[in-house]
Amino acid sequence: MLDDPLGFLEYIGEHPEQFLRLLGEHVQLTLLSVVIGIAVALPLAVVCSRIEALAKPMTWLAAVGQTIPSLAILGLTLPFLGIGFRPSLFALTIRAILPIFLNAYIGLRGADRAVVDAARGMGTSNAQRLFLVELPLASPVIFAGVQTATVQNIGVATLAAYIGGGGLGDLILQGLAMVDPPVLLAGAVPVALLAMTAEIGLGRLRRLVVPAGLRPAGTG
Amino acid sequence: MGYLIDHPDRVLVLTGEHLRLVAISVALAILIGVPLGVLITRFRWLEAPAINATGVLYTVPSLALFAILIPYTGIGVTTATVALVLYSLLAIVRNTVAGIDGVPPATLDAARGMGMTGGQRLLLVELPLALPVILAGVRVATVAAVGIATVAAAIGAGGLGRLIFDGIRLTGPARLERIIAGALVASLLSLAADWGLARLGRIFGGDQGPIASGG
Repeated sequence: MLDDPLGFLEYIGEHPEQFLRLLGEHVQLTLLSVVIGIAVALPLAVVCSRIEALAKPMTWLAAVGQTIPSLAILGLTLPFLGIGFRPSLFALTIRAILPIFLNAYIGLRGADRAVVDAARGMGTSNAQRLFLVELPLASPVIFAGVQTATVQNIGVATLAAYIGGGGLGDLILQGLAMVDPPVLLAGAVPVALLAMTAEIGLGRLRRLVVPAGLRPAGTG
Repeated sequence: MGYLIDHPDRVLVLTGEHLRLVAISVALAILIGVPLGVLITRFRWLEAPAINATGVLYTVPSLALFAILIPYTGIGVTTATVALVLYSLLAIVRNTVAGIDGVPPATLDAARGMGMTGGQRLLLVELPLALPVILAGVRVATVAAVGIATVAAAIGAGGLGRLIFDGIRLTGPARLERIIAGALVASLLSLAADWGLARLGRIFGGDQGPIASGG
């Protein structure tokens, strides 16, 4: 049992610079990986929703990729890219691409055919249909994928400390090595709060970004 | 692949530890989650707090949850098991509720008409009909648990994560072959669990689609 369950707050209070630096690294790793992940996964999903022959192997690959433990992806990056922030960012980006791609593909495929056909009948071009009809229709499912990737990567960023990626995982590693609960919790409690905040905050945001016409359907 | 061929005995031991950790955790989560799910279908006001609590718990990163539990349950298998049970609850509770809610009211009326008691209806009608949906939840929970269990090696709970952590600490070719061995066997376990539980679900008449996101 803990003598002082709030001892970790004392630790954070005594080391504000270290804590803020690690928190900053953590948020940076998560946000950058998700943004790059969107930039890669979304075009890929659009291409796959257009080219049937590509869709099957790509979704299969993504589904199998999901089963590889995050720790293994970080570990596999190490021999090739070394330790540090950039290798960690690379591994996190790979991790972000999978759920965003799968959700975007499912969302685009699930876009109501009748609506898309109606848009075609109105004489829209391919690009117009994509940007004005299909992507907005798929947006709740795409956003859910981004939410999953963000919350998940706050966790993967914690593990990135093992390959020198920095972030709040550093404090957990330090706390484990020294069997020092206040240091352990100084990393763990903020990470947990960060993940919960992201989940709840993005959930709220999702309701705001969903096109008005889709709201009663409650997809995603 | 080299490590798998040179040290099959060690890989087997670690795989055994991994499987035991996942099996015990998911079994405990079923023992807690299914009754909790049933309780929710009887006392509806429980639904929001129970689903929200398990949902929020699910978002806590594994290394952080292990760390938060360590002051109470120590370093090792106990902490890993408690954390994996907590993670598995969401899918199992949610699917138990969904499965029981999906039982057609006409079927329940018929059971009532036959003079079944509440307990009989639950055990002979509701739970059997909800089984495919509950199994789908067990499948999601198990696949996620196989992945999360790799991190448990960080707190001395053993399992295939040991190979990955060993690899990270080493240098040279020994590093890559350990990491690949750990990653490969853990991924195969996860695929096997996914496939096996999907088959089991089909045997009980469920529709088993692919899982969209894992742990």
